[in-house]
Amino acid sequence: MLARWRASLVILLAAAPALVVLAGLVGAWLTPAGDALQHQWRYLLPDASRNTLILVVAVATGAALLGTALAALVALCDFPGRSFFSWGLLLPLSIPGYVLAAVFAGSLDYSSPLYSWLREEIGWQWPSIRSLGGAALVLTLTLFPYVYLIARVAFESAAQRYLEAAALLGRTRLQATREVLLPLAVPAILASTALVAMETLADFGVVAALNVDTLTTALYRAWYGMFSLITAQQIAGFLVIMALLLLLLEQRARHALRMREAGGVTLRRQQLKPLPAALSTLFATVVLGISFAWPVAHLLSWASTHFAADLDARYWGYLARSVALAAAGALLVVSTSTLFVYARRQNVSWVARSFAPLATAGYAIPGTVLAVGLYAPLTQSLPWLQGTLVVLFVAYLTRFFAVGHAPMAAGLARLPVALDEAALLLGSRPLERWQKIHWPMLKGSVAAAFVLTFVDLMKELPITLLTRPFGFETLAIRVFELTSEGEWDRAAVPALALVLAGLWPLKWLAGRMSHAT
Amino acid sequence: MRLGALTRNLYLTVVALLGLSAVAPAMAQSAEPIVVYSARNEQLIKPIFDRFTAETGIPIRFTTADAAVLIERLAAEGKNSPADVLMTVDAGELWNAANRGLLRPTRSKILEANIPATLRDPGNRWIGLSQRARTIVYHASRVDPRTLSTYEALAEPVWQGRLCLRSSKKVYNQSLVAMMIKARGEAATETTIRGWVANLAAPAFANDNQVMEAIAAGQCDVGIVNTYYLGRLLQKRPEFPVKVFWANQRGDGTHVNVSGAGITRYARNAAGAQKLLEWLSEGEAQRLFAGSNMEYPVNPKVEIDPLVRSWGSFTPSRINIIEAGRRQAAAVRVMDRAGWR
Repeated sequence: MLARWRASLVILLAAAPALVVLAGLVGAWLTPAGDALQHQWRYLLPDASRNTLILVVAVATGAALLGTALAALVALCDFPGRSFFSWGLLLPLSIPGYVLAAVFAGSLDYSSPLYSWLREEIGWQWPSIRSLGGAALVLTLTLFPYVYLIARVAFESAAQRYLEAAALLGRTRLQATREVLLPLAVPAILASTALVAMETLADFGVVAALNVDTLTTALYRAWYGMFSLITAQQIAGFLVIMALLLLLLEQRARHALRMREAGGVTLRRQQLKPLPAALSTLFATVVLGISFAWPVAHLLSWASTHFAADLDARYWGYLARSVALAAAGALLVVSTSTLFVYARRQNVSWVARSFAPLATAGYAIPGTVLAVGLYAPLTQSLPWLQGTLVVLFVAYLTRFFAVGHAPMAAGLARLPVALDEAALLLGSRPLERWQKIHWPMLKGSVAAAFVLTFVDLMKELPITLLTRPFGFETLAIRVFELTSEGEWDRAAVPALALVLAGLWPLKWLAGRMSHAT
Repeated sequence: MRLGALTRNLYLTVVALLGLSAVAPAMAQSAEPIVVYSARNEQLIKPIFDRFTAETGIPIRFTTADAAVLIERLAAEGKNSPADVLMTVDAGELWNAANRGLLRPTRSKILEANIPATLRDPGNRWIGLSQRARTIVYHASRVDPRTLSTYEALAEPVWQGRLCLRSSKKVYNQSLVAMMIKARGEAATETTIRGWVANLAAPAFANDNQVMEAIAAGQCDVGIVNTYYLGRLLQKRPEFPVKVFWANQRGDGTHVNVSGAGITRYARNAAGAQKLLEWLSEGEAQRLFAGSNMEYPVNPKVEIDPLVRSWGSFTPSRINIIEAGRRQAAAVRVMDRAGWR
């Protein structure tokens, strides 16, 4: 669709900001920084690396299982509440991980009313939520919707005729799902799980709130505690290397599976029998209850005494700025990643091919490191950028490119190249091919990419904090201001507003997706 | 193509909103504004800045973020930086900024008269504006305060399984340990911290509130916190069963950190910045700056919040707070070696 050199250019441009940041990290490795890193190797990094690995594996596995199971259930079966759960299961995305961690710590730790009561009345004890296991639980509960959403799009666009063929071969619906539909959805599951793994690698909010030592906490310890940004950047280099290995694994797995075509008659959902239907509803209710309803109820109880004092007209401004930044950022990310995945389809130059994976590596770099790593080179080479939103959007693109890219790549992978060739033979023009053939089959992926990025950007903090203009406050920044001195109950007010603001796009997405399929 | 139309509408809305938000703050101010980069949060500084503008006619523009990030921003911006003042909630970061040449010295009779010498930079590059005392707290009925004496004594076996601490990742603990190193040396401090770690009743907590909640719930009996956190808890729950003990009163005094500020090296409005700092160091501004967060004023002439006063007076450390910055990296190493997470 694009000429070869244009495709290469698109890829290089999309990867450029990530390359700037990565060059900074490589530069850090070449800079002598005393023995801070040796000290960390001796006392912190062995444990921190082990914890990071366990956390990434646990969260990726948990989110993949939970997300795939729910996606299959919602896409393939009918049970009471299905249409609500189809978008309701995305709601946990609207709660920032560190907020969920604070809620869990506040409501499950030793001193919480619940635990105190159980301990004193029934003699129950349970392991501390402030632990590696607790962090894995919290991250799984905030991140599984990535897998759920992207896998659901894959299941829903699978063709009915596969199931019919399987039925002719004497397979039950369950067998057909396992043997035919699941393999079809694997590229989407892998791509979204890789996203979850990268987000876990870069997480600081959750592990800090639960005081678990990981590579990111070691990184901030070097920077904030030992005043060594260089050491912090060196550790960020480890994170990037781990992320690239992850991406490589994911790509290997995806290629090994080969592409399969999609399209055709959309599949019909199966009406479940009463007992499985009731169990399905229960399962989805429990997941949503723990990951969304309960934390929101907890935030409401924290916020209840502060609504009167804190909730005023300023909130319209916070809301408008949050939505504007997130929407503009998401448009930027989605349009860039759409161009990017199309460019990747072309036979591009080896330079572009080898730089392409780096474009998504930004998601594994903690936001603060990435923001600082871009701010300095950008404002020093182009001083007029200072105080504009340009740096902010470039940083958004660098960090969140992967979020827009994953659904788009998974979506496009399902469109066979033969389809384009057939259209080409029929003498269609590129724009016509896009409008008539690709768009109808991709709009579910575009909507998914937009909403995932939008919701992520609504929660985004470190980049916005550093690069915003003076007096530019958003809901996420409001949460930061109030929690920076531990005022969690007051921070519940903007945190709830953030959740409410996320509801609308998530519900909209659900509507788009049911039209799309 | 409904999605296309929706997308177009979204574009327009976004552009309109961004345009509005960019124009709004630019609307006419007369006197040259003072620009502040602040790690002290918005709700604590904005009311005071508004008051300054009302009294002097000088507008203040500010942005907030973590100090380490603001310092990198200052360094990256260099001569182009719009910032006149850097404000932090910890002396270590001010030391770091000064050490990197990002702050300029300012001689001011007013600041020297209002702020004790131990709470300002000997090189006059930054000053403390409020004191944050970090001391021992204990359960009102399970601990006899006569059994308490110093931070170091909490390392004794009698406190085994009874101590709660916040994570060593927080700069407040790093500053405390840095000052202990200055007073007693690294080896002795490391021994103390090993004792603390051995006495912990639970893994270190993420914040001071959790430490006090754990004491109240019976998970432990003593802890070390910044007193204003207790002040806030007591405002909401006057019956909260945790009390303040002033540590090290017979020796080197209780550890205090500062929330403070310095004027940036390339400040365009250094005169305005100095005026702001002087204004903050005395009178009602100084009372508000400390009182709104239940901290202690740096200016001894200024009245202390009544609830804070009810904890009694104490002797603060006599060592200049600059040591908290100088020895912070060493403190982190000691804490790592001793296994304080």
